[in-house]
Amino acid sequence: MTDTLTEDALAALIEQHRGRRGALLPLLHAVQATCGYIPDAAIAPIASALRISRAELEGVISFYADFRRSAPNAHRLRICRAESCRAMGSEALWQAAQSAPSDTDIEVVYCLGACAASPAAEYDGRLLCRLDAARIARLWQEDQP
Amino acid sequence: MSVRVRISEDSVACALGADDVARALAAALAVRGLTADIVRVSARGLYWLEPLLEVDTDAGSFGYGPVTDADIDSLLDAGLLQGGAHPLALGPVDALPFLARQQRLVFARAGLIRPLSLDDYLESGGYAGLKRVLETGEDAFIAELEASGLRGRGGAAFPAHIKWQGVRAQGDTERFVVCNADEGDSGAYADRMLMEGDPYALLEGMTIAALCVGAEQGYVYVRSEYPHAIEKLKQAVAHAEAAGFLGEDIAGSGRAFRVEVRAGAGAYICGEESALIESIEGKRGQVRARPPLPAVCGLFGKPTLVHNVLSLASLPVIARDGGAAFYHFGRERSRGTLALTLAGCLRRCGLIETAFGPTLGELVDDFGGGAKMGRVKAVQVGGPLGAWLTVDDFDLPLDYEAFAARGAILGHGSVVAVDEACDMAGMARLAFTFCAAESCGKCTPCRVGSVRGGEIVERLMAGSHHAADDVALLLELTDTLRDASLCALGGMLHYPVRSAIEHFPDEFTGRDTR
Ligand SMILES: Cc1cc2nc3c(=O)[nH]c(=O)nc-3n(C[C@H](O)[C@H](O)[C@H](O)COP(=O)(O)O)c2cc1C
Ligand code: SF4
Ligand code: FES
Repeated sequence: MTDTLTEDALAALIEQHRGRRGALLPLLHAVQATCGYIPDAAIAPIASALRISRAELEGVISFYADFRRSAPNAHRLRICRAESCRAMGSEALWQAAQSAPSDTDIEVVYCLGACAASPAAEYDGRLLCRLDAARIARLWQEDQP
Repeated sequence: MSVRVRISEDSVACALGADDVARALAAALAVRGLTADIVRVSARGLYWLEPLLEVDTDAGSFGYGPVTDADIDSLLDAGLLQGGAHPLALGPVDALPFLARQQRLVFARAGLIRPLSLDDYLESGGYAGLKRVLETGEDAFIAELEASGLRGRGGAAFPAHIKWQGVRAQGDTERFVVCNADEGDSGAYADRMLMEGDPYALLEGMTIAALCVGAEQGYVYVRSEYPHAIEKLKQAVAHAEAAGFLGEDIAGSGRAFRVEVRAGAGAYICGEESALIESIEGKRGQVRARPPLPAVCGLFGKPTLVHNVLSLASLPVIARDGGAAFYHFGRERSRGTLALTLAGCLRRCGLIETAFGPTLGELVDDFGGGAKMGRVKAVQVGGPLGAWLTVDDFDLPLDYEAFAARGAILGHGSVVAVDEACDMAGMARLAFTFCAAESCGKCTPCRVGSVRGGEIVERLMAGSHHAADDVALLLELTDTLRDASLCALGGMLHYPVRSAIEHFPDEFTGRDTR
């Protein structure tokens, strides 16, 4: 098991969800909320508890952009590159984000529902609006000890 | 009673600083020995004025905005709590032209109530609709629904009562009500506002629907990009259960209805109702061939009523005020009110709920105030699969059929304006990139054609030596997608692409060749 998801913790999550109809997505979300991704060691127990094949499970995990099979970086910046944000400069934000420190995952998202205050992004789960490149660059400066 | 100061707790208002302003105000009040109740409410939908402070005065709710924490001292010096004069003073908020010109039925509570307060909900007419349905019976309500003229607000605008009759007609079996809260269209945020700001309205609507079609279990499928909405809904479900508005015995009727809130996982296609159903079932979110319709064979193989958030949230209004009152708004076959969300380059971006009928130009210029910089070049209505319109189309009235006749869609009501700096070929490139990224993979034209189309646009943007041929190829490709796609993701891609090419051909063919 991984550092943050013990065998017991996984078993508890499975127990908590297996009785629900359509349990797989809630269970995957719960696993990922605990350790940040879906570890290899979780595949067989989940597949067998929900009576699906491992291939089927991997197929579901890979279909959804939210689910990861490897550990995430320390920080995560999701930049909206959809129409409203693009019209308000998201491409410049995207360029600015390329200079992020290596401990930051940079991802694209299509709309955060914040299009009344474009361009928008999300940093470590926090919604940010009316961004500019300078503010993006300050994100990692704020993180430095 | 001390003065009330209302500040929104909407996620976008908070991203713009509403929490900071609320904290700064509380601290400043303490320092000055003043008392006031800081009430965190839903958003008005006046985002260019956020953070917005509202204070009760004799003249009504008096606004200040956009406020930063640095403004708090000068606001208090100016007599904020009495509605004193200040450069940020807006006057009575209801009199702002942006609001005064609206007809808010579904968003009647926006900016006025604490989203999770069941007391606030009940005091503002909440659950009166459900009570009426319990008194008059299901058949009577379905007649009201038909009389209201309500058509689904998720995009396809299908008459609601016909879908309900389809679900009811399926013999003696379990049924489900599913709320489509996947709101993936860029530029759209009305569902988000409703879920964050008035979650009980959605739950009441689902309950009315469930009683009428005979469902005892409901699901709300919310996109994971909306964590605040998910949290609010989960709490609202718990409160409604505790108060007997959900659960085994709804409002003493002896009827049961339970609701579960489900989070999506980052797939736009799960807004398509059959993919959404697959996703709740725990599968890849792939589109199902139809027939059968979800009304016949939906979630877990059972008859399922799938509705958009705003369709469901309209039901309490229709139940309370009657179908005729709703039908009174609107025109032709587009009845009631429509929620529109202004986005992009406009001066005033926010939520408009209006009866059908005003023109696109009124939305963009009168409500939106035109572009922040320069002029509005084009407007995309109805999400990333909607057509681009220009000032030549500003006469178009908000009306499903009128938009269709112009080769455009109203969809879910998003309005994204772009200014003259916007490269329309870049927008066409985005449409293909988006389609390629979000395709469920079931049809080859959508899966492969979207990648191919993106390459052609890129070639054009770099200055193609065969620009005219490439444009013809693009149009042919989107026609193929239109004709051979199982769902509207591939099937509607021609709208944004063709309209961009038709309105702005030079931006595709007139590039410098390298
Ligand atoms: C690609 C695609 C995406 C869709 N996304 C949404 C969505 O995010 N929200 C929504 O309510 N309907 C969406 N729909 C429409 C739904 O399939 C369905 O028509 C709707 O949920 C029915 O509810 P209504 O009758 O209340 O509109 C989408 C359809 C397609 C083809
Ligand atoms: S058009 Fe695209 S998204 Fe729709 S069913 Fe076909 S492959 Fe899936
Ligand atoms: S388009 Fe970027 S938040 Fe909606």
